[in-house]
Amino acid sequence: MLFRKALKKSPWIIHYDCNSCNGCDIEILATLTPVYDVERFGIINVGNPKHADILVVSGSVNHRNARVLKAIYEQMPHPKAVVAVGACACSGGIFKECYNTLGGADTVVPVDVYVPGCAPRPEAIMEGILKAAQLLEEKKNMKKGEILYVTKS
Amino acid sequence: MKEIWITLATVIVAPLVGGVITGIDRKITARMQNRFGPPILQPFYDLFKLFSKETIVVSNTQILYAFLFLVFNIVAVVMFVLKMDLLLILFILAFATTALILGAMATNSPYSRIGAHRELISVLAYEPVLIAMIVAIYFVTGSFNIENILKHSRLLILDLPFIFIAFSYVLTIKLRKSPFDLSTSHHGHQELVKGITTEFAGPVLGLIELGHWYELVLLLLFVWLFFAKNIFVAIAAILICYFLEIVIDNISARLTWKIMLRLTWSVAFGFALVNLIWVYIKYRLL
Repeated sequence: MLFRKALKKSPWIIHYDCNSCNGCDIEILATLTPVYDVERFGIINVGNPKHADILVVSGSVNHRNARVLKAIYEQMPHPKAVVAVGACACSGGIFKECYNTLGGADTVVPVDVYVPGCAPRPEAIMEGILKAAQLLEEKKNMKKGEILYVTKS
Repeated sequence: MKEIWITLATVIVAPLVGGVITGIDRKITARMQNRFGPPILQPFYDLFKLFSKETIVVSNTQILYAFLFLVFNIVAVVMFVLKMDLLLILFILAFATTALILGAMATNSPYSRIGAHRELISVLAYEPVLIAMIVAIYFVTGSFNIENILKHSRLLILDLPFIFIAFSYVLTIKLRKSPFDLSTSHHGHQELVKGITTEFAGPVLGLIELGHWYELVLLLLFVWLFFAKNIFVAIAAILICYFLEIVIDNISARLTWKIMLRLTWSVAFGFALVNLIWVYIKYRLL
């Protein structure tokens, strides 16, 4: 019983800021403060991708940080999920057309949950992370590297 | 035959107790920070989650060392419950920490290595106090064997108050709580990414987590030893001692290893030494 619920009850997150304006990062860090108390859902912010279950990305991806984002994602043990926080991480936002920007986080890693907004509220970020935690259970039975949903149309 | 049942019971019960205590610790910490906090069973969720994840290791010896850390801790707890030699338990506990350090050193990650160095320094800080504690117990009761120590007519705390203070002091280092959580830390805080456990992931990290629970139970059993004559006083002492650890964890910031070493060697070891000389004069010379 405990064993079956464990994956979704204990999502440890790692936060990576790809080129964000810091607006979303402040909201993510606000989510982690005692005011919102994410620890009641078992969410812990870890600084180490090897301990993390959920990668929280903010900001648009460019050529420089794409490899860093990929490296962090690849270091996380399976099953893992990605949450894109903010308009920039979802699609590239207002920087989408820039010559140095690749686009949203989904151009590099498979994003599972999109949290739109500029910047999204802490409640929305919390909901996104918990939705990603629910997906971990489904992902456990899948092969490593298999993508749960088609993320881009 | 009786010993086998006791061993089996200890191996099963100790992690359950350790996990629940850790859960209560997290709940109390949360309440102190004016938030609701995770469920009491959260440490078990964390552990089961870690066991259901993929194993990622840099070098295969890491798995062995994580396993050794767990096994040595289990052996130490079982030996304590079977009332065996206290000195040997201390050495086995040191072996457990050594296994963890070797596991961290088995990789090239600088975070893991600095964590290992800091763990070595904490061993340097608390080990003299623990040795002094056991030597003082020997002076009072005339035996290293827990069975004989328990036969002592009065509460050990009456003879060893300063030793107990010194022990509670190094308990903070041993439990990896602020201000001495240098090598790694529990809860959300980060220290050098994750210090000594940086390179451990998934089930291997789970083994270490499990080992910590056994270690926690063993350390609380050490507290019990001081009050062993009266079970109610002992339970109260354990609760108060652990509660104080949580309070100190919450009100203090992390210190550097130099301050830790200076404080433990002057204050804690000083306290222990004073008590050691006192009981030596009282029980050996007079």
